[in-house]
Amino acid sequence: MDAFVTLDGLVAPLDRANVDTDQIIPKQYLKSIKRTGFGDYLFDAWRFLDQGTMGMTPNERQINREFALNLPEYQGASILIARDNFGCGSSREHAVWALKEFGFRAVLAPSFADIFFGNCFKNGVLPITLPADVIDGLFAHVADGLNLSIDLQTQTVTDGEQVHSFTIDSALKEKMLKGMDDIDLTLAEANLIRDFEAQHRQRQPWLFRD
Amino acid sequence: MSSAPKTLYDKIWEAHEVGRRADGNSLLYIDLQLLHEVTSPQAFEGLQLVNRPLWRVDANLATPDHNVPTSGRELGFDGITDQVALEQVVTLDKNCKAFGVQQFEILDPRQGIVHVVGPEQGATMPGMTVVCGDSHTSTHGAFAALAQGIGTSEVEHVMATQCLVQNKAKNFEVNVTGALADGVTAKDLVLAIIGRLGTAGATGHTIEYRGEAIRQLSMEGRMTLCNMSIEAGARAGLVAVDDTTISYIHGRPFAPKGESWNQAENYWRTLVSDQDAVFDTSISIDASTIAPQVSWGTSPEMVAGIDEVVPNPEAMSDAVQAESTGLALQYMDLRAGQKITDIAVSRIFIGSCTNARIEDLRAAATQIRGGQVAANVTEALVVPGSGLVKAQAEQEGLAQQFIDAGFEWRAAGCSMCLGMNPDQLGEGEHCASTSNRNFEGRQGYGGRTHLVSPAMAAAAAINGRFVDIRELG
Ligand code: SF4
Repeated sequence: MDAFVTLDGLVAPLDRANVDTDQIIPKQYLKSIKRTGFGDYLFDAWRFLDQGTMGMTPNERQINREFALNLPEYQGASILIARDNFGCGSSREHAVWALKEFGFRAVLAPSFADIFFGNCFKNGVLPITLPADVIDGLFAHVADGLNLSIDLQTQTVTDGEQVHSFTIDSALKEKMLKGMDDIDLTLAEANLIRDFEAQHRQRQPWLFRD
Repeated sequence: MSSAPKTLYDKIWEAHEVGRRADGNSLLYIDLQLLHEVTSPQAFEGLQLVNRPLWRVDANLATPDHNVPTSGRELGFDGITDQVALEQVVTLDKNCKAFGVQQFEILDPRQGIVHVVGPEQGATMPGMTVVCGDSHTSTHGAFAALAQGIGTSEVEHVMATQCLVQNKAKNFEVNVTGALADGVTAKDLVLAIIGRLGTAGATGHTIEYRGEAIRQLSMEGRMTLCNMSIEAGARAGLVAVDDTTISYIHGRPFAPKGESWNQAENYWRTLVSDQDAVFDTSISIDASTIAPQVSWGTSPEMVAGIDEVVPNPEAMSDAVQAESTGLALQYMDLRAGQKITDIAVSRIFIGSCTNARIEDLRAAATQIRGGQVAANVTEALVVPGSGLVKAQAEQEGLAQQFIDAGFEWRAAGCSMCLGMNPDQLGEGEHCASTSNRNFEGRQGYGGRTHLVSPAMAAAAAINGRFVDIRELG
């Protein structure tokens, strides 16, 4: 997995609460058997006026010029600011793959939905929870061309003079900083799992079909 | 082990905690992983890339559901005209064969929506931990199994290690007192609960549904209820074991037999919250106050009783809520103050892992009352949750009743719940749907979804608009 240590980047706004993963990447693009190829369809129904299908490029599409991510001032943004409960709904990890491929490495919101939040950490995209008034403040300035510096080590988001601290689970932080692979980490405890499994089988033998 | 009173969730969690890491996260052992074609290919690929085996082959069970067409099923793979969808279904088949995973393949009579198939086969048992790369895995919580939806990286992690890395959630109690009125179902109950909690109301929690009204629900009703826990932000929902649970599982293909059954039953009977168990959050709802529900917006929390009206954003004090309500009404093309019974529908979808079991189909069929699908309804789909549900409905004569009334009778799968297969809503169409999500475009680009119970959907089909089924007698 890609590590995340620091990020300096332009901010783009998505001013809606309860953005669900169906919105982040609509179902017609979930048919791929790969982890890539989703960036072109991020927020598809909002970025485009026409109905797309897998394989179409943005050049062939009718662009919604009013949607924030299509405005010239937000091109090249790597940080997304959003509202409450971002990423709710379906567990599709494709939502994070799409955000990342589009160029977002961090999402800042007052709150996130559980599964989406976890999926971000599997892919080197940092979800940062900040108080609603701080997010409001960022929304108020975003149109002026807001650049933020994110430092995961010090757990800070800096905009010019203001420094906002955020909290993060220490294990998740460690994993992101080092870009560690979850499976390797767990397999290092394989003996523990095997011991547990043997006892579990004794207690509830009906759970084992082999 | 401590003797403090425990919740049901605490008990299942403790029985599966392999260890706790220094950082506070736990390794949680997983008993069953359900697989389908959409969220598994990248996980299998990940294993293959580094030559990793499945940790425990027998703990996996697969079936294709999201992409499969609901007509022309007898053609098998050849019936899938969408090449990308075909590749996914074929990839699942190949992966299952390569890794030795049991699969109810596309032509197997047991094929169906994973969350219908697992319980139907008895593969879901009390006290288990169940995962699937699908958020509605919460369905299986009806069996007092800790069942959670996970992302594809986690799917791969469970394949490789039989464990999830997780922080324990908090305990949330939803206590439902009283009894549901006639014509009011588990679906209405859960919609009302979500309406009250909001889509993020139970984030970070596992919900346990308790109380008189829950005890009276059938297993199928409990599955409907637990299914939508995710729509309130909870990762899992639970219902404690009782006689209803035990008798549902008895005799199913995967259920233990003989002495093993007795041993299992004894353990399962302990899967209830202790009397004085403490919940971090509790709410109580009186079931008798709930009317049949209809969602009017683009989030499952946007619901109203059938006897109510579409809300007015201008009357809302919360600015964010007012704005999302405004956007929703615009998308749904509804007016503030409009009666729910004045909403006309042109499409009907009876199906999905929320409501496509035999009792759902029976409840829907009773609303036909000798009528015909209304002239303004261009298509009314009935899509059973599994091949076995389909066969049973045909045997009971329900299928014929639907067909005679002008409904389309289809083969099992997710179908228009998310419209990955050819069953999709058209732009601007209003649909009475028994599924679980009314997000923008969920059932088709520009489609307008109203979440309802099977009986309400069938009644809407006959009347061409929503009606209060309580008044039909
Ligand atoms: S029926 Fe709908 S909600 Fe259920 S698994 Fe299929 S797509 Fe998901």
